[in-house]
Amino acid sequence: MASKVIRNVTWDFLNEVIQDGSRVFPKEELERLRFCIQCGTCVGGCPSGRISALRIRKIFRETQLGLKETVLSDDNLWNCTTCYTCQERCPRGVHTTNTVRIIRNLAVKYGYIKNNHRRICEFFLTYGHAVPINDETRQVRKDLGLAEAPPTVHSHPESLAEVLKLAEETGFKKIVERTAK
Amino acid sequence: MNRYAYFLGCITPNRYPGIELATRRVLEEFGIEVLDMEGASCCPAPGVFGSFDLRTWLTVAARNISIAEEMGADITVTCNGCYATIQEAKHLLKQNDELKNKVNNILKNIGREYRGTVEVKHIIEILDENIRYETIQKRIKHPLKGIKVAVHYGCHFLKPSDIRMHGTVERPTILDDFVRALGAESVDYEDKMMCCGAGGGVRAANLDVALGYTRRKIENMVDAEADCLITPCAFCHYQFDTGQIELTEKIGKKYELPVVFMTQLLGLALGMSSEDVSLNKNKTQIQTFTSKLS
Ligand code: SF4
Ligand code: SF4
Repeated sequence: MASKVIRNVTWDFLNEVIQDGSRVFPKEELERLRFCIQCGTCVGGCPSGRISALRIRKIFRETQLGLKETVLSDDNLWNCTTCYTCQERCPRGVHTTNTVRIIRNLAVKYGYIKNNHRRICEFFLTYGHAVPINDETRQVRKDLGLAEAPPTVHSHPESLAEVLKLAEETGFKKIVERTAK
Repeated sequence: MNRYAYFLGCITPNRYPGIELATRRVLEEFGIEVLDMEGASCCPAPGVFGSFDLRTWLTVAARNISIAEEMGADITVTCNGCYATIQEAKHLLKQNDELKNKVNNILKNIGREYRGTVEVKHIIEILDENIRYETIQKRIKHPLKGIKVAVHYGCHFLKPSDIRMHGTVERPTILDDFVRALGAESVDYEDKMMCCGAGGGVRAANLDVALGYTRRKIENMVDAEADCLITPCAFCHYQFDTGQIELTEKIGKKYELPVVFMTQLLGLALGMSSEDVSLNKNKTQIQTFTSKLS
């Protein structure tokens, strides 16, 4: 076991996480991940930890240790509901929930994405809504006296084109296509 | 402000349009003009698209906000997820000019610009701060006397607290005060501040885990003898309402706690019927609740 761990170390993984997150978050906030002392306050209050095998502090420790593949391929990474309970309580000020989002960004970048999540991406890249309207709701809207399609991208093809253009410019379309394999 | 750009998001218009209807009705009742944000998209969901690619998430959010900026109106929302995305995007773009320039460089391709000139207010804030609970109280035609309500805050209205700035996240009272203003009772229950289970892409990735949360919350509310639960979030509403049906299918136990959006509850107190606020379009039964209203 120990030898396996050592062979799989990616020394700069922690830096990579901080670097990737600093595309949108202030770097100082993300640097706090280095200060995690494994106290377990995060896991203690984690609702997901009571139901799934997610142990969020373990993911942070593995990140510090450079266990990139272990972290990125861990299914439990996707059991966090981003409730922020841990981020509110962490005594070291680690931006835990935001860190989860960043690590997930890297997981997706390296091809680890759930089928259902790819489907949501495809919905977004087709309709501009992660949850597009369906026939049942169209009928309910009509019954309620609301416009059958909401005044969103659903009613404005030119607006949908704008959203799709953005998804292309940010590279999102490529990211999703790459995971399709 | 007496006019708001209503950012609909996905779940409200595309799964629970009753929330949209009740919100429009209630706001108009108090003289607040509700404006459509033509061509808005998914916010995009903070824990879903924020988990896939944060830069795309931020850029699409900035586009949505720019629509309200063109209208010159502040934004209101009926979903904690939309609230989180819009507020967080504003926060990130305000503190980092370089990031703002990068985002605007992308927005230029579609002839748009993010300026940061409008604010976002959750529907809770509109009811509490603009209309005020005292004013609401005076307009109540049908006090909800004897009704026991289990309040569910959801996560992203309150957290992260350093950006949201609504005070304590462990013991908030803003929604309990709302329930009491309508004449109903807010019942305490175990794990009241727990998440509904839907967020962060968990509903899609692992429905059993999401429903594990939902089951605990619903059972705790039922143990506290609640007549209904209220939410301020379309996604939580979806998870509780559709989730109870899914739970029954999966484990064979019948769950039937009525799920009410906060503007629907307000509509009822203002004298609207349960059809007026579209409660009858829920998937979970509402009769045990509506029968107590008269
Ligand atoms: S609460 Fe903070 S310091 Fe403690 S284990 Fe979790 S992340 Fe590390
Ligand atoms: S944000 Fe995620 S890891 Fe943190 S407490 Fe909530 S579910 Fe657990």
